[in-house]
Amino acid sequence: MAAEQQYIDLYSQCEALVNRHASDVLNAPRAKALADFKAAGFPKANTEDYKYTDVAQAFTPDFGLNINRLAIPFNPYDVFRCDVPNLSTCLYFVVNDSFYDKVKPDVKLPDGVYAGGLLAFTKQFPDIAAKYYAKAACSGKDGIIALNTLLAQDGFVLYVPKGVVVEKPVQLINVLRSDVDTMANSRILIILEEQAQAKLLVCEHTMDLNNFLSTQVVEIFAAEGSHFDYYNLEESNEMTSRFSSLHAKLEASANVLVNGISLNNGTSRNNYYVELLGEYAEATLCGMAIIDQEQKVDTYSHVTHAVPNCTSTELFKYVLDDKAVGAFSGRILVKEGAQKTQAYQTNRNLSSSREARMYSKPQLEIYADDVKCSHGMTTGQLDENALFYMRSRGIAEAEARMLLSVAFTSDVIDYVRMGALKDRLHLLVEKRFRGELAHCAGCRACK
Amino acid sequence: MLQIKNLHANINGKEILKGINLTVKPGEIHAIMGPNGSGKSTLASVLVGNPAFEVTEGEILFNGKDIFDLSPEDRSREGMFLSFQYPVEIPGVSMVNFMRAALNEHRKYNGLEPVSASDFLKLMREKRAVVEMDNKLSSRSVNEGFSGGEKKRNEIFQMAMLNPKLAILDETDSGLDIDALRIVANGVNQLKTPENAAIVITHYQRLLEYIKPDVVHVLYKGRIVKTAGPELALELEEKGYDWIKKEMGDE
Repeated sequence: MAAEQQYIDLYSQCEALVNRHASDVLNAPRAKALADFKAAGFPKANTEDYKYTDVAQAFTPDFGLNINRLAIPFNPYDVFRCDVPNLSTCLYFVVNDSFYDKVKPDVKLPDGVYAGGLLAFTKQFPDIAAKYYAKAACSGKDGIIALNTLLAQDGFVLYVPKGVVVEKPVQLINVLRSDVDTMANSRILIILEEQAQAKLLVCEHTMDLNNFLSTQVVEIFAAEGSHFDYYNLEESNEMTSRFSSLHAKLEASANVLVNGISLNNGTSRNNYYVELLGEYAEATLCGMAIIDQEQKVDTYSHVTHAVPNCTSTELFKYVLDDKAVGAFSGRILVKEGAQKTQAYQTNRNLSSSREARMYSKPQLEIYADDVKCSHGMTTGQLDENALFYMRSRGIAEAEARMLLSVAFTSDVIDYVRMGALKDRLHLLVEKRFRGELAHCAGCRACK
Repeated sequence: MLQIKNLHANINGKEILKGINLTVKPGEIHAIMGPNGSGKSTLASVLVGNPAFEVTEGEILFNGKDIFDLSPEDRSREGMFLSFQYPVEIPGVSMVNFMRAALNEHRKYNGLEPVSASDFLKLMREKRAVVEMDNKLSSRSVNEGFSGGEKKRNEIFQMAMLNPKLAILDETDSGLDIDALRIVANGVNQLKTPENAAIVITHYQRLLEYIKPDVVHVLYKGRIVKTAGPELALELEEKGYDWIKKEMGDE
């Protein structure tokens, strides 16, 4: 329990401070989170679902936390200037784990929509916040969620009331910025009431070459008939360890797309828990990782079909080079009575190095007898025939490899339902394969 | 333009080509015929540098250069073009990006600037017309979901775009109906000049009714066993390959 003990000690020393700089809604689940954390500890490296990520090791070093909520010493709007007009979004920032509220974006969202800081939201709308906060991400699920719940003081909220359609995409940039090794524990809470529609792009960036440890819990509540797109684009650096878990609950006829793209990172563990709770709900869960050197991306997905007539589609792709390590573990659970379920899972990986490692494990657990479920997994190299065909037309081998690698990832990008972002991603992926995205240099999604 | 001397080649340790000699001059069209398994496609593959084949002996000079010193991409940039018997599907790579990449590499090799967007689109339009290719096809991924005929047309379209000195057509007629055959042959004929040359590999005389060869060779068991004028193709059509096999003392 060495890794856990320092956090338990920290909390017992700083409980009052943590609570003082938070709110009743955020403080309410802490007691249970502490008990859950003490009971479960960090997920063990020898357990099935955490085989390829050593959590305790990542959490052992001593990181600084901003429990006192010291003010953010710079204006992120100056650092990250969004100057591509066709990717015009309502732009917000969370720096480490504090929402940046000194500048209000110059956009008028429809009446009743809230996009902004979590702490402020829980104070302004305690009833709504209490109804949803920490209700999808149960701290009993795993020790990292428990720890995040124990320490979280702020984050981001997108709340869209019944029937409201937010046309303009909302963008949140999470910036890790510090002069010392820092841990950030942040939350994203998304609430879509009946028939509401919105799109959120979250960009993850690290600005400094210090060690960063980030835990992030995302909760998505998609009520009946709502539509929601969630894009997460990670462009951090090799000194960033990120543990993210996303929990989406879909009611009847809700349509949710989650697309997680990792272009640059250190160690990332992304957990996705998607629950289809109302009939005719539709979830699309996709992602890709382009990893090289010693980068690591470990994805765990758990899709639960609790009722009949729902559809889930999963597509995850990895491109690995050097000594990169990728893991994908995808579980689909079709509960008893969830007839006419359609659940598809695909994981395709491309490795161009003998030293890279990819671990993939599909798991289907089906307790209904009238369902369409499939899973497929392949790991291989670029198609030699295609490579030769391109070379025979005069295209240099390196260029042909690049074009084929870009092509390999294109269907994940095709799932993006924001035209400007799609174009941008195609370009970013190409640059990544050309080695032009070696270090995070600000928000490339919009720069 | 092309001189092949005593060419021997293997695939997976098995010798397929057993001493080919062939000379092609500018302005000429050579037909290479022969029964299945005689080594026709192997010859085409070796010419363009397919790494699956190993050359064990011999020499190939293309415009005076030893092509074994050249990578497949450099052979293409030097002006060699193979119309594949089985064109490869490349999902996710659009025809436009593919063609632009290829064209610009050729231009770079020849010391030219990359083609401008408008000139490129104009060229695409112009060359599409050569094989009566639909605009829709050129906006799709390379060969993905194309019918057999569309794939072959796409090969000739690429040939038109790259304007090679030596075109090698490997069974471009296979799988084509009579209309598609006419379109493809018509395309090849339009691209013919006194400066360039073509090697047409085929089983049948049919294609040679449209593309008139100057010389016809018969390839059998890895060697060219007969070389004559266009009348040889007609004779083969009439008599089949058995008489050649007999002449070789096989049957």
